[in-house]
Amino acid sequence: MAPEGHPRAQEAAAKAARLSYGRLIAFLSAQTRDVAGAEDALSEAFAAALVDWPRHGVPNSPDAWLLAAARRKAIDAARRRRTAEKSAAHLRLLAEERTMMAEERGPLPDERLALMFACAHPAIEPVIRAPLILQAVLGFDAATIASAFLVAPATMGQRLSRAKAKIRLAGVPFRKPDRDEMAERLDAVLAAIYAAFTEGWSDPGGAEPSRRNLAEEAIFLARLVVEFLPEEPEALGLLALMLYSDARRFARRDASGEFAPLAEQDPALWDHRLIDEAEKLLERASASTRIGRYQLEAALQSAHVARRRLGRVDWPAIVSLYDALCALTGSPVAAINRAVALAETEGAAAGLSALEAVADDPRLKQYQPYWAARADLLARLGERAESETAYDQAIGLESDPAVRRFLQQRKARLRASPKPRRARRQPAPRA
Amino acid sequence: MQYLLMVYANESGFANLSKEQADQALGAYRAYTEALKKSGAMVASDRLQPTSTATTVRVTNGKTQILNGPYAEAKEQLGGYFLIEAPDLDAAIAWAARCPGSSHGAVEVRPIWQM
Repeated sequence: MAPEGHPRAQEAAAKAARLSYGRLIAFLSAQTRDVAGAEDALSEAFAAALVDWPRHGVPNSPDAWLLAAARRKAIDAARRRRTAEKSAAHLRLLAEERTMMAEERGPLPDERLALMFACAHPAIEPVIRAPLILQAVLGFDAATIASAFLVAPATMGQRLSRAKAKIRLAGVPFRKPDRDEMAERLDAVLAAIYAAFTEGWSDPGGAEPSRRNLAEEAIFLARLVVEFLPEEPEALGLLALMLYSDARRFARRDASGEFAPLAEQDPALWDHRLIDEAEKLLERASASTRIGRYQLEAALQSAHVARRRLGRVDWPAIVSLYDALCALTGSPVAAINRAVALAETEGAAAGLSALEAVADDPRLKQYQPYWAARADLLARLGERAESETAYDQAIGLESDPAVRRFLQQRKARLRASPKPRRARRQPAPRA
Repeated sequence: MQYLLMVYANESGFANLSKEQADQALGAYRAYTEALKKSGAMVASDRLQPTSTATTVRVTNGKTQILNGPYAEAKEQLGGYFLIEAPDLDAAIAWAARCPGSSHGAVEVRPIWQM
């Protein structure tokens, strides 16, 4: 048992509690369809666990501990307001005693997949499906979700409450969708899982345990989906994509803690066990011939990490994968990455003109990777002044200090380099 | 759970049908009603007279206002309803999709307020 307040003990407790929390919310709400009621019933128990478990260790059955604590809290609350005519949450919990008896005989049925599909039901407003899954299954608070989705916390809170009320009042079912509904509903589930992963991924220093857990839990959720739906290629693709990324988690910083871009990472720092697993998943997905966004993005990762065996990145494969991704999604982010890859196969001028072809998209004005890519390509073409301007924009938009330092070093290198390598380039043709 | 399926359709469209087409349309509704009854889902159902027969009543400051016409003027009008029993929203949606009204208009599915 770790001493009280030991960060590792706290982390272990928080992780166990969160895993239990999602399972219990799903278990309770699958019967009542009342996600908010289940959250209310468990919130105090969850808070108590985060105090108790780091001190006394994680109990053998975290689920049973939390359910028992939730029941005690509900009874206390009922005593305090004895005169209150009826307390829905209290009655509901009493009704759960029956199922708790069953629980003592074995583990709870895992209803998290059913809960995710309820949250992703077509009767639920599309923009709220992913946040709803994050809250119901992973226990994110509205403020964290709001910041991940760039929405005001109060607005997010209202939307989440409305969606939960709809699930309960309209009788949205908790079940696996039929074959013909699967694609649409699975897409919403996968999008939510990926959103959780990218939020966790944005803490490369690993300074915030809750965020690191987020990426781990997203992988956990994707494993859960793959376990229940082993034939769904996009679920396999998403899991592979996240494993490829996670395999490079510790290679994103060099020995001195500085940012290391993918192409300059030391493959010895990659987790080859995770990469091997990702490669197998991607191969399994390709058996279906139903291509999708996540499979393409995973294949891109595969082409990047091919460097560990080939000693070089498979840039032609990357260009054609980005072609497919651009055609499928029309995403300006994919177009930027395609331009960067094109610079490797056809030279910096070709890359820059591909980049300028998407430069009109207003979403890119505040997108750091666009400016960083532009700065790098201009530097390679010897356009020092323009490159500096682009670096300044990229530096100004970056929030991660390590990446900011990396960009500043690249910019400083421009000044150090003796002279432009080439005469002023011809204006790039518009693609 | 109980759900109210409200059938919205363009009533002038129905008025313009030939006798044969109208018979066919009504036959489809009869068959749908029978299917609801046989499967035990039917609670109640009625067809409404057109909105030209509607009167809207509102009491403001104790004064009763009576207006000729429906509550809201829209391209499609409430023409009837089915009150059904269904285990969940998906089952209710499946019944709404089978309703002939969802093919020539739209069916709004609303859960009944449980007391």
